[in-house]
Amino acid sequence: VTVLIHHCILYKKAEVEETLKRIQGQKGVQGIIIVNAEGIPIKTTLDNSSTVQYAGLIHQLVMKARSTVRDIDPQNDLTFLRVRSKKNEIMIAPDKDYFLIVIQNPSD
Amino acid sequence: STSATNEKTNMLLMSVWSCFFGQDEEDGTEMGEGDEWMQGKTLIKPLDQLDLTEAELKEEFTRILTANNPHAPQNIVRYSFKERSYKPISSVDQLAVHFVLEGNLLHQDSDEARRQRAKQGGEDAGDVEEGGGEERADSVESKVGKKEQKITNQFNFSERASQTLNNPLRERGCQTEPPPRANFSATANQWEIYDVYLEVLQKQEKNKEKAKAVPKKDDDKGKKKMMLVETQSDDITKVAKVAKIIERMVNQNTFDDIAQDFKYFEDASDEYREQEGTLLPLWKFQYDKAKRLSVTALCWNESYKDLFAVGLGSYDFTKQGRGMLVFYSLKNSTFPEYIYPTTSGILCLDIHKHLPYLVAVGFYDGCVAVYNLKEETLQPIYKSTAKSGKHTDPVWQVKWQKDDMDNNHNFFSVSSDGRVVSWTLVKNELVFTDIIKLSLAGAVSEGPEGVQLPIMACGTSFDFHKQIDYLFLVGTEEGKIHKCSKAYSSQFLETYNAHNMAVDAVKWNHFHTKVFISCSSDWTVKIWDHTIKTPMFTFDLNASVGDVAWSPYSSTVFAAVTTDGKVHTFDLSINKYEAICQQPVVAKKKTKLTHIEFNPVYPIIIVGDDRGYVTSLKLSPNLRKKPKEKKGQELPKGPEVEIAKMEKLLSLLREPENSNA
Repeated sequence: VTVLIHHCILYKKAEVEETLKRIQGQKGVQGIIIVNAEGIPIKTTLDNSSTVQYAGLIHQLVMKARSTVRDIDPQNDLTFLRVRSKKNEIMIAPDKDYFLIVIQNPSD
Repeated sequence: STSATNEKTNMLLMSVWSCFFGQDEEDGTEMGEGDEWMQGKTLIKPLDQLDLTEAELKEEFTRILTANNPHAPQNIVRYSFKERSYKPISSVDQLAVHFVLEGNLLHQDSDEARRQRAKQGGEDAGDVEEGGGEERADSVESKVGKKEQKITNQFNFSERASQTLNNPLRERGCQTEPPPRANFSATANQWEIYDVYLEVLQKQEKNKEKAKAVPKKDDDKGKKKMMLVETQSDDITKVAKVAKIIERMVNQNTFDDIAQDFKYFEDASDEYREQEGTLLPLWKFQYDKAKRLSVTALCWNESYKDLFAVGLGSYDFTKQGRGMLVFYSLKNSTFPEYIYPTTSGILCLDIHKHLPYLVAVGFYDGCVAVYNLKEETLQPIYKSTAKSGKHTDPVWQVKWQKDDMDNNHNFFSVSSDGRVVSWTLVKNELVFTDIIKLSLAGAVSEGPEGVQLPIMACGTSFDFHKQIDYLFLVGTEEGKIHKCSKAYSSQFLETYNAHNMAVDAVKWNHFHTKVFISCSSDWTVKIWDHTIKTPMFTFDLNASVGDVAWSPYSSTVFAAVTTDGKVHTFDLSINKYEAICQQPVVAKKKTKLTHIEFNPVYPIIIVGDDRGYVTSLKLSPNLRKKPKEKKGQELPKGPEVEIAKMEKLLSLLREPENSNA
């Protein structure tokens, strides 16, 4: 039983890696950053300085957005956040312990 | 005189008595009280005592004893300058001085004192010494000793002080290591409090469960191992759900125009085209590992309207290999949601109407299997084996049925081996029941030992009636359609000589209970009324028809796909003879379309081809026309309107027939 569980988790890990690769390969995607609950980036495809900058700024934004949603109704929770700007779009999907940031330029 | 003194003594005595016994003026019992005292003494009468009469003796004289000085003047008057008159002074000094002796004090060292001492000198030397004992020791010593010594003044105060040695002050300090400090800040919001409450609740529930469950050692070990593995890889696997959401978001951006079209685009040019409609291509779904396979089955999920299943396999007899069961969502066209590789090619599938995670699959090798999408494994939860009654030929169609009397799920399958089998999911097993055996009427073959065996027909498709539970249709390879009942296992209710080649699909109409449609490789599509043995409508599509489907929104609209890559859409209420839309949907001409399905809610269709692609197309408004009733009789009468529409069409057809007959 334990062997099966181990395989499942490995498979899951491979699946997630593959999903991230696919996202990176999508049209116009400039970068992906995975940030943990404290705001520290754990995985990124951008350069270090941009990563740190994005992680720090977006972490605050997500906390604020989440707080807003939950204050209105504590049983509700933030699913995702899109920030569309002139040049690109920043998509953030938060989770309990992590959140994923993807920067895409859809018009590419 | 003695009498006067006696009188005075008497008076004193009296005053003394009155002092003792109160100063009461009215007290006249002095004599009486005094009597007690004086009884012990004998009275001597003096000679010159007055003789008083009895009356005079009994006369009472009141004496008042006061503390006042009898000699003190009682009526001193003084002149008061304030009031300019003489005023009597009320308070008079009552002090009576009886005796005064003035003392004489001499300093002992003074001349006079010395002279007196000299006089007394030899006589009272002892007394002087005694008297000097009281004097200070110092002065006696100094007197005895030499006068040259300094005489300390007994009145002078001599201060005596001494200073102690002050120890030098020493400061001693020690410093501890400061306790580690960290800045902590948090907010106390309503939702944070809510979260904490939820956690506590969950813990409580877990504790309850633990208390109930008997702890097993093996389970604990297993759990421990699981925990270890989890901690190692939790950083990436936890991102799985979030990554999925992000992927969909990115896809939404990439295919933004398609999504917009899907939702909002209505072909305006349809107004100018009288009856024709078009199909707008939307997403295209492909999975690179399924490139060599053809789409052999399509099914929409009833609960999740954007999810559909694709069965992949091969129709080519010679090229049989593996297959795949793939699920796509409209939200992500680049990659499937679920992928299940199979050893044999899939030929049909069906998703349970109420349980969106149960999928029944029929394989080319004759097996049937049930997959549970909720499970993590890639294996089906049930699979039929050679022992458990699997078909000996490819399974062409599976369909879920309503749960049976024991609330077990069950489904039917039809196969080329001529059997229609019902499979029931009982706990861990798949139990089969032969429902009907399709035998060729009259055809008998010689078996071993001269036994005559009926030749089995090959079932290629079936469909169950929407309302009448036991009624179903089976299409065979010989081109016949049999109307069967679940109750009768050996006989058909009706047989229709439908086609010249194998019946690829047979489907009941969603609204009208009597109408069904069939298509075949003999290039035709036929519409039937099950009470009449001949078809109502026949359409020739110039190519082998792979599949046909009724639309869920109209009783007169249906679509068919042909091997020349075209989708033919018909609306019988608009045009009874021709398709209102004939559109090629695939790029390469050699691609054959194999299956078609309408989405239950959205105006889109999915079309599968033999290269493993699934294309989604949007139906233009002309293809979705609902009959225009009189004002006020619109949509509320949905299904009935549809039935009436169909009935109207059929009645038109029947009348000439009746008149002919």
